[in-house]
Amino acid sequence: MYTYDTYDQAMVDARVAEFRDQITRRIAGEMTEDQFKPLRLMNGLYLQLHAYMLRVAIPYGTLDSRQMRMLAHIARTYDRDYGHFTTRQNIQYNWIKLEDCADILEELATVEMHAIQTSGNCIRNISSDQYAGAAADEVTDPRPWAELLRQWSTFHPEFSYLPRKFKIAVIASPEDRAAMRLHDIGLELIRQDGALGARVFVGGGMGRTPMIAPEINPFVKADDLLSYLEACLRVYNRYGRRDNIYKARIKILIHEIGADAYRRQVATEFAHVKTLGIDPPLAELERIAAFFAPPAYDAANVEPDRTDPDFAVWLDQNVKPHKQAGYAIVNISLKPIGGIPGDATSAQIDVMADLAEKYSFDELRVTHAQNIVLPYVAKRDLYAVWHALRDAALADANLDLISDIIACPGLDYCSLANARSIPVAQKIATRFADMDRQRDLGELKLKISGCINACGHHHAGHIGILGVDKKGVENYQLTFGGSGAEDVSIGKIIGPGFDEDGVVDAVEKATEVYKALREGDERFLDTYRRVGLEPFKEAIYG
Amino acid sequence: MVEFRYRTDEVTEQPSVTLDAFLDQSNATAVRLEPDDDARALIPFLDRLTLIEVAFPKYRDGRGYSAARILREAGYQGELRAQGDVLVDQIAFMRRCGFDSFAPESSLNPDAVARALAHYDHAYQGAADAVVPIWKLRHG
Ligand code: HEM
Ligand code: SF4
Repeated sequence: MYTYDTYDQAMVDARVAEFRDQITRRIAGEMTEDQFKPLRLMNGLYLQLHAYMLRVAIPYGTLDSRQMRMLAHIARTYDRDYGHFTTRQNIQYNWIKLEDCADILEELATVEMHAIQTSGNCIRNISSDQYAGAAADEVTDPRPWAELLRQWSTFHPEFSYLPRKFKIAVIASPEDRAAMRLHDIGLELIRQDGALGARVFVGGGMGRTPMIAPEINPFVKADDLLSYLEACLRVYNRYGRRDNIYKARIKILIHEIGADAYRRQVATEFAHVKTLGIDPPLAELERIAAFFAPPAYDAANVEPDRTDPDFAVWLDQNVKPHKQAGYAIVNISLKPIGGIPGDATSAQIDVMADLAEKYSFDELRVTHAQNIVLPYVAKRDLYAVWHALRDAALADANLDLISDIIACPGLDYCSLANARSIPVAQKIATRFADMDRQRDLGELKLKISGCINACGHHHAGHIGILGVDKKGVENYQLTFGGSGAEDVSIGKIIGPGFDEDGVVDAVEKATEVYKALREGDERFLDTYRRVGLEPFKEAIYG
Repeated sequence: MVEFRYRTDEVTEQPSVTLDAFLDQSNATAVRLEPDDDARALIPFLDRLTLIEVAFPKYRDGRGYSAARILREAGYQGELRAQGDVLVDQIAFMRRCGFDSFAPESSLNPDAVARALAHYDHAYQGAADAVVPIWKLRHG
């Protein structure tokens, strides 16, 4: 894992001091709320329905046990004893007091953490593949690149007042576990003629106008990447729309001028920027990469004993193959039936930290599906890990099943919401509580947003649910056919909306149609793509 | 009114003209850029300009940051002034983009500005100022 040097530490320490100063000026009335807002947002501090919400960055979703324990400590000390892991691989605290904020940031800084640029119209926390470094199919570990980008984008003087927020994802596998093409910039690391570089996609996003990012450059060399990104962002900063907040994302600019025109403008800008000498030498990428060297694996390859049937189910569902023989990737589900997707108590966070320290070379990952990963578990330890997880109510064997729901905070917390998301997630999970039934349905990604901003990724759900306001009543629209993976697509609205119970019924009917029509080992998504909407519509509205 | 100026040469007395007026004919030495003006239009004339004023009608509109860098990258040496809705916490970023004078619409507390400029000893990325980026410090 990356470790701060004195420069990195000085940056976060200075940030704490700066924010303390800003809060003091705000409380003293030297700044209006309007002037304070962008500053607190750049420190991840939102004003929600009931309280301040603080979003802490977990760069590319990677953290160690010491950092994880700090997250538990903050939940225990400054919040209501729990935290919420988000689709952007961060953690949010929902009940924070303004006057505690600087202290929280100071505590975070002691473990090399911060809330820098977790909000605001700037380059946000860089996201990545939660299996990075462990995935059998990766070309390279994407995290050194993500760290390089984290440093480059931190306090970027030119790009801190962009037209709108800006999200970058980096992956290095053909299988996309990070919804890469639904980001403002998606980078897929590839090898060409022996050299590593990035395929660059620009202009994806969700929100009210979901778009899949087109490829803007098939290969940018490693030592040109920052110049190239700087060019991408400069074109956006200068020409992105600022007249209408809903049209301000880069996807709209690219949609309006066309990918070809954007590509040409970036090429011209890049030719100029490249002369400025802003690209670090490859030695810097190598310096960072050294921190991500593979751990000291044990050569033993001991298959776990599958006699305990509950354990075997969990193994099959939540444990994934590793690139190292004798090791496995463990997914910890934060989706207990009837629970709040992504929430974990301080005690659970501590348990996960302990397990990482003992069994996973001290590392954890946060996934965009709001789960946690132990990336390096020896197979012979899997049974012990499962036992400890079960004792902490963390052993739900539902990864990628219908109850592994992504849900945004919705009307329970969010001031922009039209409808509640959490109770719908709870009702659906409860309806499908039977594990055999869930497993029979197989991979089915269900995602819920409480309004059109799409924080819950509903556009990318095999089944998506969107909360809308229908004359003052909460109403839910269903979409089918979305995907955030390498077969990326945007879901389509299937017809008129439903009330809360109606939408649960409609989801159930859709699964029945799927069961009746599926061929071979087709997933729900595959069947839907093959047969189209009609049979589903008939069953649901018929 | 210019409240903060980080240069030692004489202040230009000439009032600045709009980009259109400047490009039309003028032999003015001071120009004012609005957010949607293309800073690159000035590149052929940088030698004879002593002041370029960049307007920030709203602090949230960050186009002026790119304008400033483009002008400095093209070799402009004269005064580069940020005028308008310029606030304490934007000044450090503006300095990095090459601004060296500030005419905020509403007056700023000089102590707060001094503190804001002193918070960070280093920067991660190269920009239009003389700060050596951290990656360069690391690799000598
Ligand atoms: C509760 C306070 C929150 C507020 C006020 C909020 C606000 C917004 C807004 C306004 C957008 C639309 C941006 C646009 O289309 O330009 C958005 C998008 C998004 N938010 Fe949130 N959000 C909140 C919480 C969350 C949480 C908890 C998560 C993660 C679980 C999240 C993840 C996202 C994602 C992934 C998007 C879509 C990004 C895209 O459009 O590409 N947000 N949010
Ligand atoms: S999707 Fe809407 S309701 Fe849900 S968190 Fe985002 S802004 Fe709030």
